[in-house]
Order: sequence, then C-alpha cells, then structure tokens
Amino acid sequence: MHELGIVFYIIRDVKQAAQENGVEHVSTVVMNIGEVSTIIPEYLTDCWRWAADKEDLLRGCELKIEPIPAVTHCDGCGKDYPTVAHGKICPHCGSEKTWLLRGNEVEIKELRVEN
Amino acid sequence: MENVKIIEIKKSVFEDNDRAADALRGELKKKGVFLLNLMSSPGSGKTTTLIQTINRLKDKLRIAVMEADIDSDVDAIKIKEATGVESIQLHTGGMCHLDAEMTEQGLTAVIGGQPSEVSSQPSAFDLVILENVGNLVCPAEFDTGAVKNAMILSVPEGHDKPLKYPLMFSICDVVVINKIDVLPYFDFDMEKCKEYIHMRNPKATVIPICAKTGEGVEAFANWLLKEVARWKE
Ligand SMILES: Nc1nc2c(ncn2[C@@H]2O[C@H](COP(=O)(O)OP(=O)(O)OP(=O)(O)O)[C@@H](O)[C@H]2O)c(=O)[nH]1
Ligand SMILES: [Mg+2]
Ligand SMILES: [Zn+2]
Repeated sequence: MHELGIVFYIIRDVKQAAQENGVEHVSTVVMNIGEVSTIIPEYLTDCWRWAADKEDLLRGCELKIEPIPAVTHCDGCGKDYPTVAHGKICPHCGSEKTWLLRGNEVEIKELRVEN
Repeated sequence: MENVKIIEIKKSVFEDNDRAADALRGELKKKGVFLLNLMSSPGSGKTTTLIQTINRLKDKLRIAVMEADIDSDVDAIKIKEATGVESIQLHTGGMCHLDAEMTEQGLTAVIGGQPSEVSSQPSAFDLVILENVGNLVCPAEFDTGAVKNAMILSVPEGHDKPLKYPLMFSICDVVVINKIDVLPYFDFDMEKCKEYIHMRNPKATVIPICAKTGEGVEAFANWLLKEVARWKE
C-alpha cells in the first residue's frame, strides 16, 4: 500500500522535528500535496489515522491536506497552463516542449501544537 | 485556537531518501559497482528476463542479484538455480517499495562488511541487479540509489500504460517490452506505445523482447554491458 509507506516517512520526519522543538504532542500536521503527486488524499488520511494513533506523540493528531494545483510551463510560447486539464501538450501553442512547474509535492508544511 | 503554536517544516517527504540515494550512488561509483533497479507490474517477466540476461552476461561481468519481495524467496532461489550467480532475498516487511536505506542494507549483505569499511576497496561485483517489488507507483517515487532504472512492460498490460503511470516512465532509462510472442492475441500497438513512452521521456531506450524464447534479450544485455563499462570509466 503506497500511502502507508508515505505515512511512515511523515511520522519519522514529524518525530524528529518534535524532538528538536521539545514537543510532546502534536495536534495537527499540515501537508502540501500536489495534484499530480500520485497520492490519494483519502487513503493518506486513512493510513495516517491507523499509524498515528499508535504513537503517543501523534494520538488523535489530525493530518490536514492542503492541495497544490498542478501547473505546466511551455517552453514553446513561455506560458503556463493547468496540467490536469491539458496534459503534456500546450493548449496555447500546441508545443510538446513542456514541463511540470509544480504539482508533484509531497511536503510537510507545518506542525500545530496546542499548549 | 489561540493557544496553538505553529512549527514550520516545509520539507519534502522524499528529501531524506533522496539524499541517502545520492550518497549510495557516490559509494557505488567509488567501488566500481553498477546497480540496476528493475521495476514492473507483478508478473511482467522480471525474473524470466533476468535469467536470460544474466546467462548472456555472466562470462563478461561478475553479477549478483537482490530480489525484493514482500515475503517470499521464490525468485531468489529461481535465479540462483537458473544462472548460478549470487542471489539474495530482501524482505520489505510489508512495504510496497524499497528505499535507499533498505537497498544499502541489501548491498552490504551481498558485498559484505560495513559499507564504510569496504568503500575504498574494489568490489567483487561489476553489476548488481535489484528486482524491485512488482508495482508501478511506489518504486517510482523512492530513489534506491541505483545508477540506472529499468522497467518491463508486458504486452498483455496494454500500450497505454505510459499514460497511466507517467512518473514511472519518466524516471526509466530503459523500457523493455516483454512477451512480444503474444502480440497476435492482444491489440497492443507497439508504435503507439513507443510514442507514449517518448512523450514522458524522450531519452528512454525501448527494447522489445520475448523473455520466454530469448528473442531481443541480446539488445538489453548489450545496453547493460555498455552502461556498466561507462560507469566504471
Ligand atoms: N508468453 C510469455 N510468457 C512470459 C514471458 N516472459 C515471462 N513470461 C511468463 O510470465 C509469468 C511471470 O514471469 P516472471 O518472470 O515470474 O515475472 P515477474 O515480473 O518476475 O513476477 P513477480 O516477481 O511475481 O512480480 C511466468 O509464467 C512466465 O513464464 C514471455 O516473453 N512470453
Ligand atoms: Mg519475479
Ligand atoms: Zn505553448
């Protein structure tokens, strides 16, 4: 299961950050997930619930997902366009010389700690 | 909400792994070992292709195989019996992919000793092949530290796979299209498939083969031979 593997990486990073900041319980972890990152948000939050509740640091901690829309840049005409709607081919000029500007992220944005 | 402290992280989940993978590649370069990461869907023919390829290369290169599987060791035994080369099983403990850390542990078991201790000595192997877990999603996201990535797409899976799994095709240096013996029974369009692969990755080498009979395997073996030689320069 793909998302579970990702969850283990998130937990590892969160534990490390919590230790560095002397935090004993995290109430929310905010993730930035790109639209074309291959992560399915619902699966990620399901796996999160299962794995996080096994850790004292993360019991009841919410995983909040802030999606990042995918944008592709075209070298042919220099314009940007939404990736999901148009794919690899630029809707402005028809060029195939395009590359993903953003939308691939699987990033931990921040931790929220209640005191 | 007034009592909430925010700790900013802004860190990619893959960052630690990417760093470990780069470090591993650096070690491999020093030791003169070429690591190939071989990926595909379950049953596309990874093990069969490896047996055919290794039997063509084993007189020219010193080869070892690491078989990653969630729980069995069928493939590792099969490789050893059919080729005679060193072959070990890596269990992923339920995970759907191997990361750089697990790969390094596997390499340590194959090459022997602690990686740091043997780093300055030349290795007993020229080529180590990792058969990754059968899956087209997760292995694409986790850099194993391999020098090159290869994937096998088999004819029954359909020619539109590059459209469905863009990331996998974009990271592969070579795409082997296996089971061409069954082309007459499937409406698999080879030219379309190549076109879709090159849309994702203009630099990918595409090699059609039949691992069952060995047809086309020579081309894959030659590609490997050339890449290993270039890495050891
Ligand atoms: N017709 C045909 N069958 C093939 C070919 N190559 C492999 N097979 C068959 O496909 C099945 C799976 O082959 P494997 O080599 O075990 O595939 P794999 O990718 O290693 O499978 P997993 O490790 O289970 O993911 C076996 O029954 C093979 O005999 C081929 O070129 N043609
Ligand atoms: Mg196999
Ligand atoms: Zn354009």
